[in-house]
Amino acid sequence: MEKNKDLTEWQDKVLAKSLARFPERRKQFTNHGGDEIPRLALPEEIDDQYVRLLGFPGSYPYTRGVQPTMYRGRLWTMRQYAGFSSAAESNKRYRYLLEQGTTGLSVAFDLPTQIGYDSDHPMSLGEVGKVGVAIDSLADMEMLFEQIPLETVSTSMTINSPAMVLLAMYVAVAEKQGVAPQKLQGTIQNDVLKEYVARGTYIFPPQPSLRLITNIFQWCGENTPSFNTISISGYHIREAGSTAVQEVAFTLANGITYVQTALDAGLELDVFARRLAFFFNASSDLLEEVAKFRAARRLWARIMKEKFGAQNPASCMLRFHTQTAGYTLTAQQIDNNIVRVTLQALAAVLGGTQSLHTNSRDEALSLPTEDSVRTALRTQQIIAHESGVTNTVDPLAGSYFIEQLTDRIEREAVELIDKIEQAGGVVAAIEDGFIQRQIENAAYAYQKEIESGERMIVGVNGFQITEESRPPTLRVDPEAETMQVAALSQLKKTRNHDRVKNSLEDLDRAARTDANLFAYVLAAVKEYATLGEICDVLRQVFGEYKQH
Amino acid sequence: MHKHNSPFRVLIGKPGLDGHDRGAKFIARALRDDGFEVIYTGIRRTPEEIAAAAIQEDVSAIGLSSLSGAHLRLFPAVVEALRAAGVTDIAVLGGGVIPEEDIRQLKEAGIDEVFTPGTPLEVILEAFRSACRQQRKTHQP
Amino acid sequence: MRNDLNALLAGLHNHEARSIARAISLVENDHEAAEVILASLDQHHITSSQVLGITGSPGVGKSTLTSTLVRHFRGQGKRVGIVAVDPSSSITGGALLGDRVRMMGHALDPDVVVRSMATRGRLGGLCAAAGAAVRIMAASGCSPVIIETVGVGQSEMDIIRLADLTLMVLAPGMGDEIQAMKAGILEVADLLVVNKTDCLGAETLTMDLEAALRGKKNPWQSRVYKTVATTGQGIDELAIAIDELDAIYRSSGEHDRRRHSSLELETVDWAVELLKPRLLKELQEKIYAAEPRQAARKLLARLCPSITDT
Repeated sequence: MEKNKDLTEWQDKVLAKSLARFPERRKQFTNHGGDEIPRLALPEEIDDQYVRLLGFPGSYPYTRGVQPTMYRGRLWTMRQYAGFSSAAESNKRYRYLLEQGTTGLSVAFDLPTQIGYDSDHPMSLGEVGKVGVAIDSLADMEMLFEQIPLETVSTSMTINSPAMVLLAMYVAVAEKQGVAPQKLQGTIQNDVLKEYVARGTYIFPPQPSLRLITNIFQWCGENTPSFNTISISGYHIREAGSTAVQEVAFTLANGITYVQTALDAGLELDVFARRLAFFFNASSDLLEEVAKFRAARRLWARIMKEKFGAQNPASCMLRFHTQTAGYTLTAQQIDNNIVRVTLQALAAVLGGTQSLHTNSRDEALSLPTEDSVRTALRTQQIIAHESGVTNTVDPLAGSYFIEQLTDRIEREAVELIDKIEQAGGVVAAIEDGFIQRQIENAAYAYQKEIESGERMIVGVNGFQITEESRPPTLRVDPEAETMQVAALSQLKKTRNHDRVKNSLEDLDRAARTDANLFAYVLAAVKEYATLGEICDVLRQVFGEYKQH
Repeated sequence: MHKHNSPFRVLIGKPGLDGHDRGAKFIARALRDDGFEVIYTGIRRTPEEIAAAAIQEDVSAIGLSSLSGAHLRLFPAVVEALRAAGVTDIAVLGGGVIPEEDIRQLKEAGIDEVFTPGTPLEVILEAFRSACRQQRKTHQP
Repeated sequence: MRNDLNALLAGLHNHEARSIARAISLVENDHEAAEVILASLDQHHITSSQVLGITGSPGVGKSTLTSTLVRHFRGQGKRVGIVAVDPSSSITGGALLGDRVRMMGHALDPDVVVRSMATRGRLGGLCAAAGAAVRIMAASGCSPVIIETVGVGQSEMDIIRLADLTLMVLAPGMGDEIQAMKAGILEVADLLVVNKTDCLGAETLTMDLEAALRGKKNPWQSRVYKTVATTGQGIDELAIAIDELDAIYRSSGEHDRRRHSSLELETVDWAVELLKPRLLKELQEKIYAAEPRQAARKLLARLCPSITDT
């Protein structure tokens, strides 16, 4: 093969540097017969079109991946989303997961926490500790991370509207463990825009929400440089019923909005942009999903470079977490879900994900049991260590089908993003209901196909059996709510009232100015002001968002 | 007498904090396409709000959806709110991620039907039709 | 059965939510008790109440504006009624009545009476049902009663004629201005509202509308009211304008003229509604003629001999 100058440049600069810093996991990658597996398969002739559309891994436009050696260098982070009931119960589950070989934690909060209500709020009735752990104050957060070294573990927190409060609590817990904020690694979801269209845990209207997000970008840029300040999420948009193209388009449109808001606030693009992370869904259409991840990566790189003029290569890299598609899980013949999850996880890996959560087989019935969670984790481990797909970079590249589909998804996503921009941007499109309607229509069409039998879901509308016994499910102790409320009431008696009151008043004053609110929130959580109290102060100043 | 071709009215509500409304919206649209007049409350409603809206809109049946596991508290609370207002003839149906063992308890609390994931749409539609027919038969001034 | 009706009438008299709701259904479904119910209504309340129409294209923020106005009126201690009309599917007859979402904030307030209504594919008829709902609410002490419709179809525009005065809501970026001029909506509306004035293009839309209104002889008709329904901005001014214009109409005789014409409209509607089943039955039994107009005339001649010379 004739040496191509782009290839040479990549080998000499990008690849060599990467190998020097991060050696590959093995000296040699071989098959059973001992044949060497190439790091990167390339076309016979590397022409301009190849370089423009696909390029090389770790190089613009990143179609083939964000790292030059991908999983030969390091496997993705196996991160299982978990949390339920009380902080003490969840702490136990985290320590179990770490023992079993997960490499990152992912905290699920209950709905009251996600919506900024304390456990004793009337709206919290019945919801405390149900879909995640209940956190009312720093005291709960201390218990949640007891004996977990925050210096080494990377923690992802699914928290949006009150993200600042929970991140402040995390920083405060680390401080008590003697860990400086600079050393913290992890991600907060902090993506409020998608809450208005898909997931529903909004608190404030869009504008003040965007301010909080920008405040976090800024504070973290200065204090927690290794923490991802946002995880721009298509996952929930897809769960709400969108198509693959819509998932890409709406997610990247939200991303554009966050970047623009931060720029408007005077933040430096190449400082905050490299801390933006993404979060996508891996659904069952294997090839379409692989193409989707590749298209999203290329499109984001182009947006960052061409629209925003990013200089730092890291600003153009779309790094993403993936979760397998919850909506595809069935309550019938639940073992079939293991197979679905395997296909979906494989799509994520072939698409070049940076971290992965695999759903458990019993999640259409309830929260997963410990056994099911272990099987889900093992699924990732089998793909990583047995399937062989990790031995080479972007193995599906060059397939006519995959490349054409990648191009199509990118093109259609661009069209949809343009439509949103013409309608006045994401916030206007949300208030008008444009995005919600698009998702609803897609969801309706999908479900109709299932009902008519046009789309087969094995075990549901085809190949059914009569199932005698239901597998054991995990139940959250109904007493958990009572105990959490009691603990909260106890806390309120023991903390220093004047200092809590003062910290909340300081926050109130700051919220009425243009100040960055992070330091005020951090001061309040350290006084054991509750999540609900802090959010109430902000509700007073910012108002509450109402569904349209 | 009623004109018997006048459409049935139903209300689809999402009590509690769960924002996953894909299922609720699907059922609302499917009912509309089956000829129902459907009032949708949107997400994050209290049981009391849902009951009050159902009474004002004079619906024959309420469909509730919750995927967060709070159904044992929230569904019966809607029935209680209706009873507190002296209303016993509005059927209450529920659906979501509901473990088998909770169904009996929900029915004892006055939930007329409970649907779990994968229930065929026709079964759900028929339950609404039948609840509405029942109410129309018994409720004539 | 008689007892049930008496209980209903008693409940209606006591402004009970359930009875109001049942009464509206019975009238809407043309139940035999409809006439007794309507005859029992407190005419004094009906006469003195204020009936507002709010119309506009989908997406202009009508429902949010209505909800914000309701909050304003509640702040003044007024009991408010809302009849929200949405189109029915012409194929299945079903309807998804989504306006309730914005009204849920008032769900626990017994002095906010909301009723979602579908057009039910009726040609007329809708005015009969909606008009009856308005009067049932007014009789229970609601004033204002707001009729909210999507300003797209003819039947929706007809309903607006039930109102004492009508607000036309527009928003930037909807291509509304052109639509409005084309449809002659500026003529129908008493007050023009540009909502979402915090959005791009609001200033241009307002100026275009003001230009189009120049030369109107009534001063209120040449003004455009600017609101941001989501924040409440401009609502106080709008509410004051509503009351001022209402007072002008009441003293000028316009109010009475409109009430009279709305009763006429409803009456014609009811006549058609009541006649329709008889006509259909007659048609099923006997073939009149192949030519529809001729058939219609013969049909009427038989059913209503006194109008044979039409």
